[in-house]
Amino acid sequence: MPRTLFDKLWDSHRIASDESGEDLLYVDRVCLHERTGGIALESLEARGLPVRQPGQAFCTMDHVVDTRPGRGDRTSIPGGEAFIARTRRGARAFGIRTFDIGDAEQGISHVVSAEQGIALPGLSLVCPDSHTCTLGALGALALGVGTTEAEHALATSTLWLARPASRAVVVDGVLDSGASAKDLALHLIAEHGADGAEGAAVEFRGSAVRALDVESRMTLCNMAVEFAAATALIAPDAKVFDYVMGRAHAPPELPLDDWRRLRSDDGARFERTIRIDAAAVDARVTWGTSPAQGAGVTGRVPAPRDGDAQRALDYAGLSPGDLLSEVAVDAAFIGSCTNARLSDLRSAAAVLRNRRVAPGVAAICVPASTPVKRAAEAEGLDRIFREAGFEWRESGCSLCFYAGGEGFAPGQRVISTTNRNFEGRQGPGVRSHLASPAVVAASAIRGRISTPGML
Amino acid sequence: MEPFTRHTGVAAPLLKANIDTDAIIPSREMRRVSRHGLAEGLFANWRYADAGARRPDPTFLLNQPAYAGASILLGGANFGCGSSREHAVWALAEFGMRVVVAPSFGAIFQKNCIANGLLPAVVAEGEVNALARWVESDPARHRLTVDLVETTIHAGTEKTPFAIAEAHRFRLIEGLDPIRYTLERADEIAEFEGERFAAHPWVRLPEGA
Repeated sequence: MPRTLFDKLWDSHRIASDESGEDLLYVDRVCLHERTGGIALESLEARGLPVRQPGQAFCTMDHVVDTRPGRGDRTSIPGGEAFIARTRRGARAFGIRTFDIGDAEQGISHVVSAEQGIALPGLSLVCPDSHTCTLGALGALALGVGTTEAEHALATSTLWLARPASRAVVVDGVLDSGASAKDLALHLIAEHGADGAEGAAVEFRGSAVRALDVESRMTLCNMAVEFAAATALIAPDAKVFDYVMGRAHAPPELPLDDWRRLRSDDGARFERTIRIDAAAVDARVTWGTSPAQGAGVTGRVPAPRDGDAQRALDYAGLSPGDLLSEVAVDAAFIGSCTNARLSDLRSAAAVLRNRRVAPGVAAICVPASTPVKRAAEAEGLDRIFREAGFEWRESGCSLCFYAGGEGFAPGQRVISTTNRNFEGRQGPGVRSHLASPAVVAASAIRGRISTPGML
Repeated sequence: MEPFTRHTGVAAPLLKANIDTDAIIPSREMRRVSRHGLAEGLFANWRYADAGARRPDPTFLLNQPAYAGASILLGGANFGCGSSREHAVWALAEFGMRVVVAPSFGAIFQKNCIANGLLPAVVAEGEVNALARWVESDPARHRLTVDLVETTIHAGTEKTPFAIAEAHRFRLIEGLDPIRYTLERADEIAEFEGERFAAHPWVRLPEGA
């Protein structure tokens, strides 16, 4: 019987099923970070249990670490140093490779996992972080879990899970040059809701998805959790194989015969298929407190459909009919596992070159990993950011969610390349607007929400 | 983990859709490397007029005397979406919540509930609203009884069935220690792994890589 890519990945990791409907899946890689890794490791220690496969586990310092230049363990997050120190100690005790502060390969977990070849086509990977689905862009079965399940995966190399349904999101046509993978994701979520995937595994398909470069595919898959997807997938192709080749933990000879079979069979049945015309996707921005509450940058704030939307507008300080391109911003943030890879920084820098951030706008760029930062500096992007008036930081999750203990001030309006515009996400009372790196850069320059074309 | 069979308590309706885990507990409230000490940070952005000074906002439901001691939360669709932080569940449980009733849950949040003995009961939106109306008419006396054996919620003489995956129901009722439960299959896991490594040697990384 023809199978979906998701079903193939699931079947190849299924050890057993129990009578109550869950499958026991083999976990090839476990990734931890200091926000919850220390808790999981100490809990194992307290029970006297070993990490079953320490060589298959990795740890990053990203969630709590400071991102200001010259950083050490000190961080303004309350109690932050203990999260770093105890995770470091636990990882060392169990022999887990840690991408620590000062490590040349440090960065945000999902970015490091891709860069270091920890996530590969056909592997299963869990991480106590909801954006783990990013790695489905490589054809990995990548699952975000809680701390207790991460602990379970460390102790047993397995995860219990009921098989979610497979759904397809087919994007055909050609994305406009002003629209990116982020815009596509925000468009999809706005059209189908923040719970649009209803817990299914989503495979992104179609010519517009195949046309995306690997980093853009990661952006698209990253946002799938904001769509209530169990995880996201894109069938790996030659672009992915090229991307993976030569990565530190990738095999010297890629098992291409196996990997080429990682695609949904012709005739495989999806529980549901959503179709999107890529040509209908424009440069977008969110106006509310859910990633689903968004519109085109050239559009207006819509009339609220329900009490939740009204509450979101009240929080955002906006009114129905407001022209989004007239909304002034106090800050611009380029960072996070969604949109701070090299191609994102290039896209922002192309807008920032020979321009200056509008007076009064605080602008911050936090590369998604130390290798991204290094590569950006090698091609002079840091200079473009700095000359435009952006702060240029060390890598980490940073202002995406008050990581490092930094937030914006109450009532401030931030345009951000991140993934969540939830109430209080970037600090109490902070109004977050999600957009692509190009839109964030253009908005920083104009001081109002903008596309590059409006400059 | 404490087994769950049946629970009666005051229910608090927070019917907004997409209540995310950042709202349940903001990152800055996760102050210790611990599963404990989190109840104070529960719903901090809504619960306090000034979170730093811990000055309560009297308009927030859980601050109102009628809902004192609430142990059942009625929520909107996609409850617990967003960040995977298990702190959201730890904070709810430590605050005294035993049940969350909602039309749907964020998938990771739902599994985190099971791992911590908190019952995520799925009830259609219209029925959640009906339960909320009944509760709101006299919160302290109109207590709900949630029966996991029968998978029903009792509101006075009315019974509302709820959905929960059989595997989750089993785990909650038994109060299972998941690691111990899985390690009973250690041989099966090792055998599967041996075959996987033999067929795909590249999957295995050397220790201390």
